[in-house]
Amino acid sequence: MAGGDISGGKAIAGSVLLTHEVGLHARPSVKLTKLAKTFGAAIQLGTSADGPWIDAKSIVKVMAAKAPQGTTLHFRAAGLDADEAVAALVALVERDFDEAGTQAGHG
Amino acid sequence: MVERFGRAAAPGLARGPVHRIVDRTEIARHGGTPAEERSALEAAIAVASADLVSLMGTSEEDGAAMLEFQLAMLEDDALREPALSAIAAGSDAATGWKDALGIQIDDYRASGDAYFAARATDLEDLRDRVLGHLVEDGAGETIAPGSILIGRDLTPSRFLGLEWSKGGGIALTEGSPSSHVAMLARSRGVPMVVDLSDLPGEAFADAIVDGDRGRLVLDPPPEELDRFAGSQAEAAERVGQEDAVLRLPAHIASGESIAVLINVAEPAELAAIDPAICDGIGLVRTEFLFHGPAGLPDEETQYRAYRTILEWAGDRPVTIRTVDAGGDKPVPGFTIDGESNPFLGTRGVRLSLAKPDIFRLQLRALARAAEHGNLKIMLPMVTVPAEIDRSAALLDAAIAELRAEGIPCRRPPLGIMVEVPAVAVVPEIFGAAAFFSIGSNDLTQYTTAAARDIAAVAELGDAGHPAVIALIRNVVTGAAKLGIDVSLCGDMGGDPRLLPALIAAGLRSVSVAPPLVGRVKLALARISGEGT
Repeated sequence: MAGGDISGGKAIAGSVLLTHEVGLHARPSVKLTKLAKTFGAAIQLGTSADGPWIDAKSIVKVMAAKAPQGTTLHFRAAGLDADEAVAALVALVERDFDEAGTQAGHG
Repeated sequence: MVERFGRAAAPGLARGPVHRIVDRTEIARHGGTPAEERSALEAAIAVASADLVSLMGTSEEDGAAMLEFQLAMLEDDALREPALSAIAAGSDAATGWKDALGIQIDDYRASGDAYFAARATDLEDLRDRVLGHLVEDGAGETIAPGSILIGRDLTPSRFLGLEWSKGGGIALTEGSPSSHVAMLARSRGVPMVVDLSDLPGEAFADAIVDGDRGRLVLDPPPEELDRFAGSQAEAAERVGQEDAVLRLPAHIASGESIAVLINVAEPAELAAIDPAICDGIGLVRTEFLFHGPAGLPDEETQYRAYRTILEWAGDRPVTIRTVDAGGDKPVPGFTIDGESNPFLGTRGVRLSLAKPDIFRLQLRALARAAEHGNLKIMLPMVTVPAEIDRSAALLDAAIAELRAEGIPCRRPPLGIMVEVPAVAVVPEIFGAAAFFSIGSNDLTQYTTAAARDIAAVAELGDAGHPAVIALIRNVVTGAAKLGIDVSLCGDMGGDPRLLPALIAAGLRSVSVAPPLVGRVKLALARISGEGT
């Protein structure tokens, strides 16, 4: 399962509705990719259940998805901590990227 | 001497040595072997990343969030991959980087979404920062504090990287007063002019930037320098006189008192203002709540902001305007994209009525905040009386909901901005309004059919046009017949040249930008008030 390729079929998957008003914009993308990089698992993000899949650790690719509000974000991950990674990313989106209480500190 | 006029982007007067900003996209680099070019690009990216990290350490929160995003993009291998491929195929590092970023910038710019389109500027900023290190041996330009920066455009990160506490100014041939860097310049008090035509290419030593008039003077002759020194001395003297009257009630020469209120764009401004300088707040623009990084504001966020403002004002009246988005103020996720003529489109109360779910939250937050002070609600862009009736019905419904939920609230008076000629011509049919506040900026624009931000016609959009004055007189007379209060909350009220006409038209209340309160009180005291 190395190299970020997780199309093999044994991936952990999860999905969550993006409620953020302007979609997956700069600050949410920074938070999402930073969190993804804390896991060893390869993690991918798709804006539909069938992909196309992009590397959830790359802010360039996450921003390029230009996901608007109301998109269902799909995650799939493979590797040792894949379960935790998907759960953590889904929870981050559910918490609306912790932006309700204004800014978070820089990590 | 060379004199050029452009558009005023940040007020004030500055003089200093000229520093020409190098247009980094136009410098070519002599390429080495692919391996040399690759390591040159990696090194430039590393230095650029280090720049951003150190800038983040010294920036306020607004700038730091933008820099953090740029840093994350720059450190992502995916950003540099296309450039590295081009270098492997024989391109030099600067061209490879410029072309690779160019494709992504165009992609963002072409995005239908205003928010993502605006990210193109962040990528341009990154492109130029890295190019700067590629072509200048990593040293970067050194800019002496107090310099007048002259060039095509200036990126926000470069602005944030400069020392502005020792003065300085900015003069650009492109750019816009609504750009991010213009906003930063205004908040840091850096005079700035944009949209200057054909700047000569030769070297200049000295320059004066007049950010009030949109004027740039290169190599000013002695008489210009004398005038500059005179203006500075005058400004210092004026500040002294203004301070002396700042906390006194305003009146005209006859002794008749005039209400002077302030316009507020966000609660943070109030921290530095003593409530004793004004008779209240004549206009709170609520758009600041709708531009936050978290998207549209929830009821609680709005309630807290309104309550803060009311508590600052104490017993003084506070007029809060419902969101005035649209026109030149698009809000992602709220305003309607792609209208052919946004100034004549779905803006102000028209947009609020078209999106009742969003309007309802604002009305609930306002009714709750009304418990904490002397609040009035104001509707922007009203054109027909039915808009007041529909808004009043929504306000009543919001209050009924709050009462049913057991949440404390109060129904504030509901008044209107008078900024559409259809209202100013027949104010007497708008008796459903609790008060009028004349929005002179839009009233002037719609009366003269000339936009202030279009340089070629800006001169026509003059608030001193007799038609605008006649309409204001008509509104004051109409309000008197209806027995309701009238005030004016546009730029006209802060302009000493136009105040005599307003007083002559019968107006006795103005609301102005906080820094203008002293100037307006001084000017009023010199007006006879005869001829009304």
